[in-house]
Amino acid sequence: MTVAEKQLRTPRRPEPGTSVPVIAGAESFGTLTEQITSVVLTRPTPLFWYCTFGVAMAALIMFVISVTYLLYRGVGVFGIEVPVAWAFAITNFVWWIGIGHAGTLISAILLLLNQGWRNSINRFAEAMTIFAVMCAGLFPLIHLGRPWIFYWLLPYPNTMHVQPQFRSPLVWDVFAVSTYATVSLLFWYLGMIPDLASLRDRSRNRLAYGFYGVLSLGWRGASRHWRFHETASILLAGLATPLVLSVHTVVSFDFTIAILPGWHSTIFPPYFVAGAIYSGFAMVLILAIPIRKVYHLENLVTERHLNNCAKLMLATGLILAYTYAIEPFTSWYSGDTFEMAVVHYRAVGPHSWTFWLTLTCNVFIPQLLWFRKFRTDPKRLFFVSFVILYGMWVERYMIIITSLHRDFLPSAWSNFIASPWDVSVLVGSIGLFVVCFLLFVRFLPMISMFEMRELLPFSRPGGGMEK
Amino acid sequence: MRLGQGKGLLYGYAAEFDDPTQLVDATRAVRQAGYERFEAYTPYPIRELDEIVPGWNPLAAIVLIGGIAGALTAWIMQSWIAVVDFPINVGGRPLYSWPSFVPITFELTVLFASLAAFFGALGLCGFPLPHHPVFNLKEFARVSEDRFFLCIEARDSQFNLQKTAQLLDAFEPLELWEIEKE
Repeated sequence: MTVAEKQLRTPRRPEPGTSVPVIAGAESFGTLTEQITSVVLTRPTPLFWYCTFGVAMAALIMFVISVTYLLYRGVGVFGIEVPVAWAFAITNFVWWIGIGHAGTLISAILLLLNQGWRNSINRFAEAMTIFAVMCAGLFPLIHLGRPWIFYWLLPYPNTMHVQPQFRSPLVWDVFAVSTYATVSLLFWYLGMIPDLASLRDRSRNRLAYGFYGVLSLGWRGASRHWRFHETASILLAGLATPLVLSVHTVVSFDFTIAILPGWHSTIFPPYFVAGAIYSGFAMVLILAIPIRKVYHLENLVTERHLNNCAKLMLATGLILAYTYAIEPFTSWYSGDTFEMAVVHYRAVGPHSWTFWLTLTCNVFIPQLLWFRKFRTDPKRLFFVSFVILYGMWVERYMIIITSLHRDFLPSAWSNFIASPWDVSVLVGSIGLFVVCFLLFVRFLPMISMFEMRELLPFSRPGGGMEK
Repeated sequence: MRLGQGKGLLYGYAAEFDDPTQLVDATRAVRQAGYERFEAYTPYPIRELDEIVPGWNPLAAIVLIGGIAGALTAWIMQSWIAVVDFPINVGGRPLYSWPSFVPITFELTVLFASLAAFFGALGLCGFPLPHHPVFNLKEFARVSEDRFFLCIEARDSQFNLQKTAQLLDAFEPLELWEIEKE
């Protein structure tokens, strides 16, 4: 009996304490490779893809038009005015970059923790990270006022003899976000090289062969290649783990180093990191649930994955709920009038709807995840994830607007009303994200094949498997 | 190309397996027989092969050097700009305000170390390499799917047309191929 036959005849048993195995159904190396490469190479692109792509492309065109108009007229087209100078653009920035964090958590932290179940979702979670960071990076740039001289943020020898102020968290942010984008891209691409070689070897026309041949760099699967590939993956994971925690910490420094009431708090770094992972897992599920359905990947992205992601979401959500409770407490305990005023205006001021919506979306509704049905039923989980993702945007909006619109002096008080351009740039950035993601699903291996092969029976010498 | 049918220069013999157990056994035997220029090709990493296939792995050292270079670059750059090149006096506070240099130092450490890991791994693998003799074998394409190949190069001092073929054949490969150079 060949190994493939043995693999197909071995029933998959769940590990102790779980109800569903990581790979449902009998698979062999061959069927697994076929299932994942056929999405790219042979199967016709589903109608769902074309429809979503059309809508997302329309949003992307709107984004291009809005940004063009913004560059033409200046940032005044947004609803911003002093003292609310940050508003939508920075809300979107923090929201998008937070979404990216779950991808790195899955790809790096769960790799170091030897969690085999992550192997089927790490590739597209990493892709999500890269596209989310890309969208995030655009917002501070277009918000600069004169985006075409953005490079003044970087230190370089120049005739003006001016250099960045390294004591400013805004400069730290430039380094943190650009490092994060670079490291995520390297990690993603390095992990994809063996799978690109699979696509190269299975492509039937010269165009595809050339495309995947160039991208796979000449990968032959030699044991020497794997040795360096494994070492580099582990080292990159080890580097990305503190990096991902540092990125949102530095983002939170943008706020917390200012002396503004509502921002100036030591709880912000863990608060932001927990919120980032929380919203990121919501996005992972929003992407995974339709994709596994449309591409019939239920055998690889099983209920077990949905359940695990939902549990992680619940855990980070509880950390977030704790910080929501601690924030007003520290304001009250400090005895500082201005701190207490911000809490007051958050709860009953002109933007109080953001406060109550944040609590509803991020604290109350996610408690449904305590029920198994809401963690494993795709439709219900999609609903909860959507609510969380929306709630996390509102939370960042609340942090920025409510702290800015009530300054120390009542004479400086103002309000913020979003302009249509604020909304069109936000919706447009979602279009950009979805277009990139759909192109990834269409042209690149969306599930890591070589890591999935390791999870199959008889994949280890002696007949066992890795996990 | 099956054995004895080739017309070009010989690169080596390749045994094709569908079972990682057989591959690891065969590779171990080849090593014990004293061969040095051989390579196992697999569709996913098999850690057991690391101990059998000879080679060194300086990647961790490369990454360490990258990280140290990143840290030094960041610290020296920030200190020099803040103290010498573009000093900003904010209320008489010290120019060498080192605690505020920590975040960027950390970021550049990670950045340089990651670039070292990525390009170091590609460099050690010899990438990009558009062509290699093993690609001359059409069946080799399945190494990225479900087949395991053990290739002994003809330039190995131990290589012998009959004896090497016998050694590989003893492990009952699915097929024994000869790989041509061109």
